[in-house]
Formats: sequence, structure tokens, C-alpha cells
Amino acid sequence: MRYDRGREMFFSEGQGARGKGQVKIMLNGKTKDVSEDTTVLGLLNELDIKLQGIAVELNFGIVSRSKYGETILENGDKVEIVRMVGGG
Amino acid sequence: MDILKIGNREFKSRLMVGTGKYPSNEIMVKVLEESGAEVITVAVRRVNLDRSKESLLDYIDLKKYTLLPNTAACYTAQDAIRTAKLGREALGTELVKLEVIGDEKTLFPDNEALLEAAKVLVKEGFIVLPYTNDDPIMAKKLEDIGCAAIMPLAAPIGSGLGIRNPYNIRIIRETIKVPVIVDAGVGTASDAAIAMELGCDGLLMNTGIAGAKDPVNMAKAMKLAVEAGRLAYISGRIPKKLYATASSPIEGII
Repeated sequence: MRYDRGREMFFSEGQGARGKGQVKIMLNGKTKDVSEDTTVLGLLNELDIKLQGIAVELNFGIVSRSKYGETILENGDKVEIVRMVGGG
Repeated sequence: MDILKIGNREFKSRLMVGTGKYPSNEIMVKVLEESGAEVITVAVRRVNLDRSKESLLDYIDLKKYTLLPNTAACYTAQDAIRTAKLGREALGTELVKLEVIGDEKTLFPDNEALLEAAKVLVKEGFIVLPYTNDDPIMAKKLEDIGCAAIMPLAAPIGSGLGIRNPYNIRIIRETIKVPVIVDAGVGTASDAAIAMELGCDGLLMNTGIAGAKDPVNMAKAMKLAVEAGRLAYISGRIPKKLYATASSPIEGII
């Protein structure tokens, strides 16, 4: 319970909560908490998404594959992960 | 050899097939095989985070097929450009089937926005195949700004109405130099044959096959129709006449 309350505080404080260990991102249109210093690659691994055939957009700009490992997610980032589906 | 050239790519098959709306992925795989298609279209969508392991590409032999990502469901030039770039990044291809939709009910293209998006993407090195109306003026404009092929609709997407305006399609074919690939509206094999007999360089279809009761056999029918129509076109059909001309000789009648 105490932990949950701590998280609530962190979210309400936004920027002032650095060092608490979590950042809040918008992933495919939904909010998600990730650990501080999570990279794009770390996020993909956490989500169990294979790298083949996907593309990642960070704040409306494409993150090239070679930068996945060095791109660190920050509070408020908007992340889109897309792949191919059936279509005409 | 009768080869279809789009940009720097060459294809033997003139039938392109979409990957949407099949009863199952297994049926889709069989359809792709039976159709003989080399180019297949795919759409760019958010990864479903609840089922993150599912991937269409697991079912598609990437050595065998050239994937053509589309920008379906984009209603602005900006969205279409963004989607095209995501498709390029995901698949490592410069090819894009560019769609900018103008209206939800008809899914007719917004040609003004299409031209705008096409200009940007051509400049960025994309091989752009725009889905457009059966309008020869628009086709010429799209060719002039550097599109690699033009994809006029036969009828509204998924309607199965067939070639609604064969004369415009023919004028488009005579007006521009780049390949004309009829996209959307084909319902059955004769529609496909007609498109090819008009001189079109290829045909893209999805619903006409995927929505058939037996998609696998329909894929085969479409393949044969495209081949038959193409052969008839290059063979040069006889002119139409009002009255008969006898096939058997008049001389030597008993």
C-alpha cells in the first residue's frame, strides 16, 4: 500500500519525481510505466516483441534500428510500435 | 519474356494480392501461392500489446514475395507520409502503395492530398504507387511528379463492381508511360480479364479473392484471368463489326 501511494505521488508531481525509478510514457496510445533509464530496446524486450518487421516512433520521429539500444525513454515520451498486418 | 517493371523492380506476375480479410492465415498462404503473385500488400498498424508475439510476417516467405506496404486508412497527407515512413523502416523497402482516403463511405481518394503526399515521398526516395481515381488528368499529374506506377480504382474498394469506366482506364493507359495497375473493385475473373484486355499492366486485388466462398480457387481463377487478358491484349484483338464475316471459304460450295 505504501508503495502504491508513493507511485501516486510520483505521478502527480511529474518532473519533480526523478530518482524514484519510474517514468510514465504513452505507448501505442496508452499510458505505461517503465523503469528509469529504459531504452527502446529494453522496452521491446520487456514486451517480448521481435525486432524483425517492426518500426518504432518516438515523439513522431522514427527511431532507426541502430539507435534502439541507446535511446532512453523519458517521462511523457510518446512511443509507437508498429508492424505489418493483413491489408489490401 | 513479358516483364512488368516498376521503378527498378521487375516482376513476371501481373497480379498483386492483398493480405487482408482471409478466413485464416493458412488460407492466405495458399491464396498467395495459387495466385502466383510476387507483390503482396500489407498494412502498418500498432502492435497489439496483448498479443505481441503474433506477426503476419511469420506466415510470409520474404524471399519469395515483395512486400508493398500501404497507407490505408490515412485521411491526410501528413498521416500517409508518416505511415509510409514507418512501413519503410519496418520492412526496409522504398516501395509504398500510397492511399489518402477522402471519404469513409466510398473510400475514394483525396487526390489533392494524394498529390501532396506523393511529392514529398518521391523526393525522399520512395517508389510511390498511388491509389487514385480513374481520372486521366490526375494520373498524368502523378506521373509528372515521379510516381513509379499509377493505381486507378476500377470501382470502390471491396465493392466487386468491376471496371466501371473502361474508357477512362484506357485513356489513362494511353496517356501515361509508367505502369497502370488497376486497384480495387474487381469482383470476379472476367473483371480482371477486362482490365488486362484494356491494356493495364497489372492488377491488385484483395476482397475479390479473400471474400470469395473459396478464396484459394478464386486466386487461381484471377491468376488465369490476368494471364488470359494480358495475352489477349498483346495478341491484338479483332475489330468489332456489326455484321458477320464468314469463317469458312465461299469458294467450292457444293
